[in-house]
Amino acid sequence: MEFLTYMGDVFTPINFALLLIGTIGGLILGATPGLSPTMAVALLIPFTFRLEPAQGLILLGAAYTSTVAGGAVSAILLKIPGAPANIATTLDGHTMAQKGQGARALQLSFLASAVGGIFGVMLLIFLTPVLAQWALAFGPSHLFWLAILGVTVIGSLDSSSVVKGLLSGCIGLWLATIGFDDIMGAQRFIFHDAVAGGINVIPALIGLFAIPQVITMFAKGRKRLDAEVIAVKKHPIGAAFREVFGRFRALSIGTITGSIIGLIPGVGGQIAGLVAYDQAKKTSPEREKFGTGHPEGVIAAESANNAMVGPSLVPLLTLSIPGSPTAAVLLGGLLIHGIFPGSDLFDNYPDVAWTFINSMLIGQILMCIFGLYVAGLAARVAQVPNAVMAAVVLGLALFGSYSVQNSMGDVYVMMALGTGMYFLERFGFSAAPLVLGLILGPIAEANFIQGSMIANATSSMGEYFFSGTLNLVLIAIVVASVGYSLWMELRDRRYTTKDDAVLKEESLS
Amino acid sequence: MKKLLAAASIALMTLTGGAFADGHASYPERPVMLMVSYGAGGATDFQARIVTMTAGNEDALGMPIAIINKPGAGGRVGWNWFATQADADGYTLAAYNVPHFIAQSIEGGVEYSTENFEPIANWGADPAVFVVAADSEFNSMEDVVNYAKENPGKLTFSGAGLFVGHHIAALQLEKAAGVKLAYIPNNKGGAGAMKAVIAGEVLGGVNNLSDAFRAQEAGNVKILGVFDLERNEFLPDVPTMKEQGYEIDNASVNFRGVMVPKGTPQGIIDKLAETVPAMFENERVAKRMKAGGSPMHIMTRDEVLEMWKAREETLKELLAGL
Repeated sequence: MEFLTYMGDVFTPINFALLLIGTIGGLILGATPGLSPTMAVALLIPFTFRLEPAQGLILLGAAYTSTVAGGAVSAILLKIPGAPANIATTLDGHTMAQKGQGARALQLSFLASAVGGIFGVMLLIFLTPVLAQWALAFGPSHLFWLAILGVTVIGSLDSSSVVKGLLSGCIGLWLATIGFDDIMGAQRFIFHDAVAGGINVIPALIGLFAIPQVITMFAKGRKRLDAEVIAVKKHPIGAAFREVFGRFRALSIGTITGSIIGLIPGVGGQIAGLVAYDQAKKTSPEREKFGTGHPEGVIAAESANNAMVGPSLVPLLTLSIPGSPTAAVLLGGLLIHGIFPGSDLFDNYPDVAWTFINSMLIGQILMCIFGLYVAGLAARVAQVPNAVMAAVVLGLALFGSYSVQNSMGDVYVMMALGTGMYFLERFGFSAAPLVLGLILGPIAEANFIQGSMIANATSSMGEYFFSGTLNLVLIAIVVASVGYSLWMELRDRRYTTKDDAVLKEESLS
Repeated sequence: MKKLLAAASIALMTLTGGAFADGHASYPERPVMLMVSYGAGGATDFQARIVTMTAGNEDALGMPIAIINKPGAGGRVGWNWFATQADADGYTLAAYNVPHFIAQSIEGGVEYSTENFEPIANWGADPAVFVVAADSEFNSMEDVVNYAKENPGKLTFSGAGLFVGHHIAALQLEKAAGVKLAYIPNNKGGAGAMKAVIAGEVLGGVNNLSDAFRAQEAGNVKILGVFDLERNEFLPDVPTMKEQGYEIDNASVNFRGVMVPKGTPQGIIDKLAETVPAMFENERVAKRMKAGGSPMHIMTRDEVLEMWKAREETLKELLAGL
């Protein structure tokens, strides 16, 4: 209960003001496509130079938690995930917005974020020493199997058929091989300077999700001028509260999956939302509703990506190993004040460490309050005419892709992938499995190569990848996941019938 | 109005330009950009932000320096851009990492070498060290080498990647001790390589002194040797490789500094070479760097030119066998 001792520090006027600035600023930055949590935190670091260590960390911690949640705003209203963490939110969130339930989707997403986030920070407060050991348990072979587990999710994710899902996943895996390879430095498929550094996930994400939208909007703009002004129904907050807790299964699956995945260094929050979404879908009795604007999809995805925030800091705070890019930036923020994280951080600097953690806890609540307020304003955003909206989204997409690495090359990549995706969507492929392939490819590949190098030097490949409890458990889950998808496929025969195809085409155009 | 403005600006230009014969004395007239070829939050980025924070002071450049990150492919993306597309007007600087960019240019497949860049000044030197987990049976480099002699090719140890300082150190160790080792490059840089050591995935590792120092303070690793000519002020108790009987010089030390593209006017290079080292010596900079555990090592342009040349020769020899 040591954290309660330092709770008062969060509420001193300056600290609380910084917490407010971090939270509101984070929401705005998070809602801007292309500004991922990592970038937002990196942008704020220079501002902490002149602050006390604890104050600087309050600002950074608040910004981290709220940018993750803020990404849901553009995911739901514009179908542009602010960061990889919000991909799964677009699947049902944007469909809800199209049906006029944008305000409801946003309220659900912020409430679910807060629940997941508070649970994650609680884990960080009470279980850090135990969790640190768990985070270290994942070596190359385990991360490889974990990435393979992610690949098995691809098939069943938001596609009219498993085959098409797997195909777009494969396109993603192929795109991931472009550039210098991570370990050996070999050059692969570098046909233009723009792709020398590989396909960066953020511009790809923006292109794949936003550009097909923009093209669709422009394509039909002239025919039906009135078409896309989405009506947003007001939605009482009380009802949103009841709904979030009423859908307890989705909420708990999201929260628990997010916490576990957030803990594993190197995999982090990028896939937490997608895996939680898939799990919630597989265990739901109403699974056919997922992808058509089902609130459980939003709840699972958003509770997962905020639940991951707390545990993702465990390896950093106890072992001084940043488990995610954002944690690496936070490490820089700590070092600049002469604070070395490590197992004795809580003994040497309890005031800094606990104030930081407490501010993330209070930050979650503030984020939720401001988020709910923003949700009320959402109605106005969505009432923008079609043509204007398309121009705004295109502008944001260009700005967002350029700002990631200050590179025009990323803008070309974004436009090329987006245009390609527009045509793929016409054939019933979807963007989410493609992005998942792009994210998982390097994780699987790098860990396989590292694992095989260690295996060749010490034992054999078979022994290294197929023995040990954790390996076997992960393999069992992979087999179960594949088996389950096959079984569902055989039972339901998810063909795209002619009627489905016509329906899908109409909803797109 | 437009004409008036144009006339005014021309008048201003002739005034300032005419006052100084070489035309560069008024440099810099606008903020300067410093390209870092690694991501925001990494060690190079973090240090670059600290050492340039006083650039706006009157006794330094008098103009702020803005950091632009162009990460990718171990720095190749940023340096390729710098060699081929950056304007050689003195307003585009870049951070260099030696031996990384020199080793990459020897390996091939990139559009730069020491020929394309003009060094300005060096700010830091982060030597590589050999680390093992805190509970490891190894207590000296001798233990490590003996194990490798008994089990050729079976001593696994991690490092931040291929053709970076850690890899060079690994090659030097193999050569000096006459053993075969299993170097496992990590795709997550120094942090990932350190995690592999702490988690016991590998038996040891080469890592940055600054990161290893923190990990040792936290009680996670033991540091067995420094790949440098002298002991380091952060680790006065850790012997160098040479002290332990292995002929290894400072070729793997990660030098960080500032450079400009070839073709930048000589007047601007001279001005930068004069002011930038002084800027690095600022007290506030030194304090922040020390707090972050980042060893500083300030070198002037002439010293860096010499260091680059020496490094290139050593690396060519070392990498010839690969």
